[in-house]
Parts: sequence; C-alpha cells; structure tokens
Amino acid sequence: MKPAPFKYHAPGTIAEVVGLLDGLEDARVLAGGQSLMPMMNMRIVQPAHVVDINRVQGLSYIRREGDMLEIGAMTRQRDIEFSDVVKDTFPLMHEAVRHVGHRQTRNRGTLGGSLCQLDPSAELVAVAAAVDATVVVASKSGTRQIAFADFPLGLMSPAIEANELVTAVRFPLWKRGHGFAFEEFARRHGDFAVASAAVLLEMAQGRIVRASMTVGGLEARPQHLDVLLDGKPLSAAMFEEVAQACDRLEAMKDANVDAAYKKRVARAVLLRALEKAHGRVAKD
Amino acid sequence: MSLIGNSVPRLEDEPLLRGKARFIDDLHMPGLLEAAFVRSPHAHALVRGIGKDAALALKGVHAVLVREDLMPHLRNEFMVVGLPSRDYKQDLNRPALAGDEAVYVGQPVAMVIADNRYIAEDAAALVEVDWEPLPAAADCKAALAAGAPTAHRRSPHNLLAEFPMGYGDVEAAFKSAAHSFKETFWQHRGGSHSIECRGTIAARDPHDERLTVWTSTQMPHAALRVLCDMLGRDEDSIRVVTPDVGGGFGPKLVFYPEDICVALAAIILERPVKWIEDRLEHFVATTQERDQYWDVEVAVNGEGRLLAIRGTLIHDHGAYTARGVNLPYNSAEQIAIGYELPAYRMNVQVALTNKVPVTPVRGAGHPQGVFVMERLLDRVARELRLDRAEVRRRNLVPASKMPYQTGVKNRGGMPVVLDTGDYLHCQEDALQRAGWSGFAQRQEAARKEGRYIGIGVANFVKGTGRGPFETVTVRIGPSGRIMVYTGAAAMGQSTKTMLAQIVADQLGGDMANVTVVAGDTGTVPTGMGGSNSRQAVLAGTSAHSAAVKVRAKLIRVASHLLEAGEGDLEIEGRSVHVKGVREMAVDLGKVASAVAGTAGYSLPGGVSPGLEAMESVVIDPMTYANGTAVAEVEVDIDTGGVRILKMVFVHDCGRILHPMVVDGQLIGGVAHGIGNALYEWMRYDEHGQPLVGTLGDYLLVTATEMPPVELAHHQSPTPLNPLGIKGVGECGVIPIAPAVLSAVEDALTPFNARITRTPMMPADIVGLVRKSA
Amino acid sequence: MEESRRISVEVNGVAHQRDVSVRTTLVDFLRHELMLTGTHVGCEHGVCGACTVLVDGRSARSCLMLAVQADGASVTTIEGIAPSPSELHPLQQALREHHGLQCGFCTPGMVTTLVEFLRDCPNPTEHDVRVAISGNLCRCTGYQGIVDAVLKVAGNPAK
Repeated sequence: MKPAPFKYHAPGTIAEVVGLLDGLEDARVLAGGQSLMPMMNMRIVQPAHVVDINRVQGLSYIRREGDMLEIGAMTRQRDIEFSDVVKDTFPLMHEAVRHVGHRQTRNRGTLGGSLCQLDPSAELVAVAAAVDATVVVASKSGTRQIAFADFPLGLMSPAIEANELVTAVRFPLWKRGHGFAFEEFARRHGDFAVASAAVLLEMAQGRIVRASMTVGGLEARPQHLDVLLDGKPLSAAMFEEVAQACDRLEAMKDANVDAAYKKRVARAVLLRALEKAHGRVAKD
Repeated sequence: MSLIGNSVPRLEDEPLLRGKARFIDDLHMPGLLEAAFVRSPHAHALVRGIGKDAALALKGVHAVLVREDLMPHLRNEFMVVGLPSRDYKQDLNRPALAGDEAVYVGQPVAMVIADNRYIAEDAAALVEVDWEPLPAAADCKAALAAGAPTAHRRSPHNLLAEFPMGYGDVEAAFKSAAHSFKETFWQHRGGSHSIECRGTIAARDPHDERLTVWTSTQMPHAALRVLCDMLGRDEDSIRVVTPDVGGGFGPKLVFYPEDICVALAAIILERPVKWIEDRLEHFVATTQERDQYWDVEVAVNGEGRLLAIRGTLIHDHGAYTARGVNLPYNSAEQIAIGYELPAYRMNVQVALTNKVPVTPVRGAGHPQGVFVMERLLDRVARELRLDRAEVRRRNLVPASKMPYQTGVKNRGGMPVVLDTGDYLHCQEDALQRAGWSGFAQRQEAARKEGRYIGIGVANFVKGTGRGPFETVTVRIGPSGRIMVYTGAAAMGQSTKTMLAQIVADQLGGDMANVTVVAGDTGTVPTGMGGSNSRQAVLAGTSAHSAAVKVRAKLIRVASHLLEAGEGDLEIEGRSVHVKGVREMAVDLGKVASAVAGTAGYSLPGGVSPGLEAMESVVIDPMTYANGTAVAEVEVDIDTGGVRILKMVFVHDCGRILHPMVVDGQLIGGVAHGIGNALYEWMRYDEHGQPLVGTLGDYLLVTATEMPPVELAHHQSPTPLNPLGIKGVGECGVIPIAPAVLSAVEDALTPFNARITRTPMMPADIVGLVRKSA
Repeated sequence: MEESRRISVEVNGVAHQRDVSVRTTLVDFLRHELMLTGTHVGCEHGVCGACTVLVDGRSARSCLMLAVQADGASVTTIEGIAPSPSELHPLQQALREHHGLQCGFCTPGMVTTLVEFLRDCPNPTEHDVRVAISGNLCRCTGYQGIVDAVLKVAGNPAK
C-alpha cells in the first residue's frame, strides 16, 4: 500500500500556502497525516499535489484572550492534551482529547486536521460544536470566520474552498466553575465513538443558568439538543426530557449498526454526561 | 538440574528486542525486484482479456505476467490440496493465476514486477482487465439452495463435500429420551491477522539453476513439495528457507498462488523477486475461517445425562480446495470429545462460496464444536433447572475411564482415544477460583445497583500433537557447538527455545551452546511444520530422542578418550568430565573431532562416524489436552458493551516444558477467543464483496479489552511420548466464546436472553434486551 | 517522474543525507534506504503500531509520515534503544524476563511507544500501561507479559 506519485510542496508561511492552494489543481493539505496518509497509502485519494503545512510558522499555539481560547490549526492534539491553559479554562476539551485515537496519533494529529476531516464521530468536532466555536480561514483574499454551526456542509465536507486554509479555531470559554463532561461509547479504547455527548452547565443558586448539550456520531454533523434547561434545578423529570429530546434527534444508519441502536447509545452517554457535568459544577 | 520444566530465557529474544531479527521483508539482496498483484475486484467474473501495454510502458517495470506467461514453466498449473479427501465431490485446486474466471475478490490475475513496490503498484493500477461480472455465491447456506449461482461456472452445484459423522443408534436414543431440545447456531471466526503479513522471495542461482525460496511459512517442506510438483523439479533443485516469522496462526501453513508466482518470476526474469503482502491484501487473499450454520438437537435423560446429539452443519469452504475438509471435520468431531455421548450423528455439508478459501485459524474448527456442545449443555441446564456446572459434572468423561475411547475416528481413520486428563478436577478448580458458588449473591447485589453481571463456564478437550512425525537432527561438530536442525517451524511460539531446552538437558545444560535452525529444507530432508499444536509433542520428542542418542555416543567416545567407565562420566556445559574429577575432561568439540575421521586411523570405540542423530519419531495417536474457562462479565444494557471482569483458565497440557511459554500461549489464545466472542467479524455483502477491509473495521483485541486472567495448571502426563507432553498452542482460544457468551446470557437473565451466535456485537446484545421489552 | 528531495535526518544519533522520492514513507526510508529493518510494517494505515518510532522524542506512526517530513528531525528507532551491543535497555530486559514478546514483530513498536510513555509517566498504574499500549496490536501475547514488564521497570510489579 504505497501512495501514488504526487508533487510535494513544503511552504513556510501562510501566504505561501494560500498562494499554492490558489494556483494548484487537485491539491491536498497535509497536516498531521493521521487521516490523509492512510487514504493515500490505500490509494483512496491520489492528489496531484501535496501541500505539507508542517513547516508553516505561526500555526501552532494556544492563546487565551479574555473569554476566548484561540488554538492554532496546526496545534498537535498532544499539546492540547498537556496544556495547563486548556485544562484550566476548557476542561471539556481536556477530557475529550484523551479519547482521540492514541498517543502516537495525537503526537502528530492536529486540531485543524481533525476539524477539516469532519468525521461524524470525531471528538474534537463535537467539542467545537458544543461551544459554538469559530473557524478562522485564510485565503489569498484575506481571512474570514465561519461559525462552527455552518462549518459542516455535508458528510465529511467542510465549508471551505479548495484555495482556503484553516488557520485557527476560536473557542468561547464558559464561566469558571462550570460543569462539563464528555462521554462516548467506542468499541475499543481510542476507536471512533459510536456516539458521544458533550455537556456544559453553568449554575447559580442550584439552578441552571446556561446549558449546552451536543450529541456526536449520529449524523454528518454534531447535533445540539433543543431542550431548555435554563432557570431550573436539575431534576429527574429533566433527565427524562433530555432523553426524549435525544430520541428525537436524526441518526443515519452506517455499515455496522442501525440508527435506532446509535440513538440508544447516544441517549445513554448523554444522560451520563449530564449527570457527570452536574456533579462537577463548582459549589458556590 | 533439569532444564525441563523451567522458564529458561528464550533464545529468540535478544535479536527481536534489538530489532536485529530477519523477517521476510528484512532480507535484501543485489538485484532484488518487487512484485505487486492485480487482483479481482469481483467475487465472480469472467476475464475476457488483460491489457499489459500501459503497465509495461511505465519506467521501472520489468514484466507483467499473466497465466499464459507462466504455463510454459509449469508442469502442473494447480496447487494440489494439502489434505486430499474422498469426500470431495469436485476437484477445485487453485491455479497460480486465474485464467478466464476469477472466483473471489482478491484472487490474483496478473503479476507486475518492478524496481520497487511503489512502481509495481503504479503499474498494477494500469493493467487493464476486461471483466464480465457473474452472479456470486456469497453465503454458504444460500449457496446450497436449489438454483443458487455456482461459485465456479463449470461446477454443477456448490456442494463441495458432504459426509456424515457419528456412531450409535441416535434414533432410538431420541425416541426414549426424557427430554430433547433443538438449537440453531451461527458461528463465524475470522482471519489470522498475524501482525506480519505474508511474503516470499525467490532467487535462482544462475550457475546451477537451483532455486531458493524464502517464505514466511509454517510448513516449508510442504511448500517444497508443491514447488517441485508445480515446477517439475526434483527436491534437490529447490530449497525453502523460513526466516523469522511474525506470527502464523494457521493461514501461513498454506501454499499460495503468490508463492508460486514469485518463484516463476524469478525463473522467468532471472532476477531475485520479492512479494510482501500488505494488510489490505491479507483481508482478501489470505485464507481465513468464516461461517458455520448448525442445526442440532440434544437428547437427555431426566438427570440431564446426554443420550444423543444429532444435526446438520453447513460450512463455508470458500472458492477452492486449499487445505482439505479438516475444518468442518474437526468441528463435527469435537462434539463427541470430552463428554460422554452415547450416540451421535452430524451431517456435514461443505459449501463453495465466492470468497477466499477457508483453512484453519488457531483452533481449527474445534472452537465451533465446543461452542455448540457448551451451549447445548447450558440449554439442558436451563430447561431442567440444573446448575450449569452440575450438568457438566454429570457428563464429563471421568478420569477413572482414561484412556477413553470415544465413538469418533480422526481424519486418518484412527479411533479418538482420550489418553489422560482429569476434566472434572480442572472444572472444579476453575469454578472454585472464579467463586462460582457465591456468584448468585453477587449477581443479585449488582442488580440492585442496576448493574448486570453474569458468569459462564466452558470445558474443552483438544487433540494436540497431530502426527505422524517431525524431523530433528542433533549434531555436535568439532567446534563443540550443538546444532539442532528441524523441519519444525517457528512463528513466535518459542520453538527454538523449546528444542534447545530439550537437547541441552541431555547435552550439558548450556543453552547458549545450542543453535537451532528451523524450517530450512536444505538442512533436513523431511519435516511437517507447525499446526495442530504439534511441535512440542512431535519435534520435542524427536529432539529428545536424537539428543539421547547423541548423548550415548558422546559418553561412549569420551570414555575412550578419557579412559574412564561410561558410568563415571557426566556432561556439563561444553565438556564431558569424570564425576568428581573436573580436570579429567574433554571438550565436546574434541569428542566430535575424534569421530570426524583421520585418514588411516580407526574410530575410537568402534563407533560410527560423526556425532549426530536424526530422528523422526512416529506418534500417530493424538494426545488430548483439556481445560476449563470461567468468565465473569458485566453488560451495559444501554450500549450493549461487554466488559470481561475476570477470566479463570485452568489447563492441563501434560508435563509443562516451559511455564512462561505455556502461560504466554494460553493468554494469547484467550485474547483471540475474546476477539471471536465479541469483536472479530469478516463481513461480506450479498455479492461476496468484503465489507471489512482495514484494521479500523476488523477489531483485534488490544490491551485495554483484556481482562485479568487467572491461570492454573494441572499436569496429566501422556504415555504417548517420553516427555509426557501435550500441545498448548491453540488451547487458549477454544473455550472462550462459549464461556463469555454464556456469561453474557447469564447477565441478561432478566431479559430472557438467548445467545446462539458468535460473535455478538453490542448492537446484537442490545437487540436481546429490546426483544424482551 | 518521481520527484525527489535531499533530506538530512539524524537516526539513532547518526546523521544521514539522502535523496528520497517524496512519496517514500518514513518507515520505508528507514527500512530500505538506511537498512534499519527493526521497525516493521504491519498495516500502513496507522492502526497496528508496529511502525512506531520516536521523532524528536515523540512516538509517531512512521507509516503515516513521509521521509521528507523527517528532514531536520532526530529519529530514534528500536536499534537505538539498547545502550550498547552488550546491554539491553531496562525495558527490553524486563520484556525478556516477563515473556513480553513471542514472535517479536510488534515488539519494536511497543518498545519505542513505552520508552516515551515511561519517560512521561514514570509511575503508571496497570490501567495507565494498558491505555499506553492500546494503540499497539499484538496477536501473540495477549499483552499480559508486556504489562508485567512495564510495571516491573516502573518499580511497581504486578505480582
């Protein structure tokens, strides 16, 4: 299983990258390689050009700016995993990233690469959806920002043009002391999730003031739950409401399992995540 | 102090740990070219034509070979099946390359040879094959239905073989039985997925035309025979050498189309040629085990004692006769082994399908037979409201009846006689270690917490050491080094250490002075290789026998050289010395030199020349290992996820040669068994297209899926060989699926779950829970 | 035409300068250009871990890297783990003592993975160890011997 021939480019700046992407036909960006290389080795993809962005300066960073955490697209998953800033301000991400593949893949795999691959089961995709992240994209014409809700166009198809490069992702942070949980069910440790759930809760005086519940793995894009939990304490009835809302979600069948099974799993991980997130809310 | 029974350091480890071993793809030689194959993307298709031009035009391509190119160099185009059987109704041996019809996805139809694999794959993509797809026989059961498409267009039907197995008056037993129960099972095993895939290199010596073939094989002598047969050469003109092998597990004992093609390419191109299988190829081009459909009925008396079992087995054989009908034979035979079964009849149908041929994977059909028996016993227990362990107690062949002649014969026609073993003792030990008797309480307590835990038990008795022999030569040369040459094949199971241990035990005890060369046909004229958990028994016995003979001669010659009585001598390290008088010693090398011959002088003591012995001890009857597995599981009813909390495995492989190696074999087997119970499924669609083609979809057990395993050993030595040993290589796999799935079923008792298939995936387990709702 | 680049890469402390085809994977470069055949190819799609090496000290699947991507990097393969021809690394020694290898094909990838792991996590629990090697497939051992070896080296023997 060897890749088909290609022309190789190793630009050093973002400007060079977007210049190349603008001018080349049938080019693929090589980031961490954990998704692209298997496909190239298996000849599932045979790009004429490979634009290796591993040498581009300025794409790997984790920067807090007030209520926002900006992470460069080429930041390795491993660096996110071991970042104190992430652990401190964005614990949902810290918890989720440990489910992403294995140490060897996280050492090379990148945030941007995972988001652009848009695997329906990808943990980082679910997390970006959970906080309504913003994807920063560069091209020859400048930069633009895409709300994460608009980022997936379809199955494994991000809303970026062939001549655009994702440079960073901006994650809005939740208040200190918020409850969080990322739960998934996978066949083996490190496998893609059958279904995942990301829950964030802010509470005041025992009542929920803000909640975000996102289910991944059921559809091409993660799905938010449309249940309003605001202003109420978390009760057994509320768990039931959440479960029913989860049951109303869309789910696509895949080669291995049917939609009903996936939804059942989603419901289970969601309720577990909700319980855990609730338990993690800092006592005020 | 004897080396036998000790966990001596392995000879294999150092180079493997340092990355200095030599697996097939590690071999480099000048002028080596590399091959890639063009394979059928269709399960069944006519080959109307093959266009080579575009491929040949690519720089770095040396040749594109199709069947017509090979025929002038082949005396016999087909690989003769390894285990011929009178039960075969059709002659469907594999060709080197497909001719005008391809019959499974992955079948090679053309071969590209190029400077390197990258270019070879580029060129393979340019070979133009004009395919005309034909209807495919995808499921073995459907393939036997009237009007089903035939896997080969010239075949009259897909029934490749059919045979009954049994004894006793089954009808009478059912008529008089207090109870009888019917069950239907579907079982699927999967592929080998040794971490090293296959590979072969062939090089022709330009001076004497001798062909050397290096291949990642379990059976080098069998490979030699097929090569000689196909190429029309005598045995002396071909040498098969086995490099380090990264796991075999069964499929590497088969000789493959790629192997003969590599040899032919080396002959045709007059250059060495290499082909290394990649993982995608392994999924479609290496043999595997697949589906079995069982329809069975068990008759018991009022106490749950077995009276008879009858039924049918339909077995997926794949598209060609690659090995034999041994797999379904083993499965059917297994039913009658281990428990007392007065009457038995199984009708076995072996079906052709348009898939890669089916040949043994670790366990070789025995796991399936054990699954059926163990599930039937669980059914009896449930229906008669007996403890599952108690039903087994009442039916296990008791130790007092050993040796016990079962009613079945093995494939060679010999009656299956269980030689030694105390099956009940193993079961009781396993149950006690697993806390069987207290489990109901633990289960109840867990249920109160909303947790579903279960426990299951399964026994097995497995024939090991399949004969008739293995060849081992033990030789000491003037260097004093002890050389051991054998037709046995090493694939990770510590063959070299095992043989060195046995030989060193007779010849000085210094394992560092022993070099073992395994699997080189240039060093031993006969050999059978690795399969059937046989090498410790057969090669070990021959090694022992040869070492004993060399020892005797060594002592005899040394007694002359030292002018001491034979009884006063001992061998220690690399010399022979007089007991208690270390200075009166002679090196092994000196002794060897003394019988190497000096012109004009007689040999000391009137012995024959040389210090060596070659033994191929014949042991026809198999020796039967046994064991009991008890699995404790927790089932998540929301996701269907199963966590194995604990696995107890009590095992008897006769006298243990090397405790650590035995443990390693068992735990490795347990991992494979867990895979077969919960993870591994080589799925195809209704057109014979594989739906699983990467290790991302085909799930091998990793470290996090393994439970804590408690091993315990009993030793019932066998009288069938002087060391009293039984085989162990496959045993770990065999009882795992029924033990685990019985435990899952037990955990889901509130849902009235019935498990009649393996593997069970989480979605299937959820299905059991939902069905009851 | 095969495009090639000149790369400089340090492997096991030795500097190499070679022209490589841009599509040559790092594992093929190591094995067939530098003749360091200790790193093995098991799947070429990043699942089995047999090809694991250390790149600038971090474990990576060398089947998923292009050789050109290692230009300027420092790579450690299994051949660079033992301190000398006469000594083994403690992890290698422990694997030997605990029968943590049988056929040995997955072993180089296991060792490089574990060298990094023990460096980052010198006092692991058994679960930590299993998670650490969950990306390395072994079909022979059932992993127990490997886990025992790692716990022994970490000073926390299981038994």
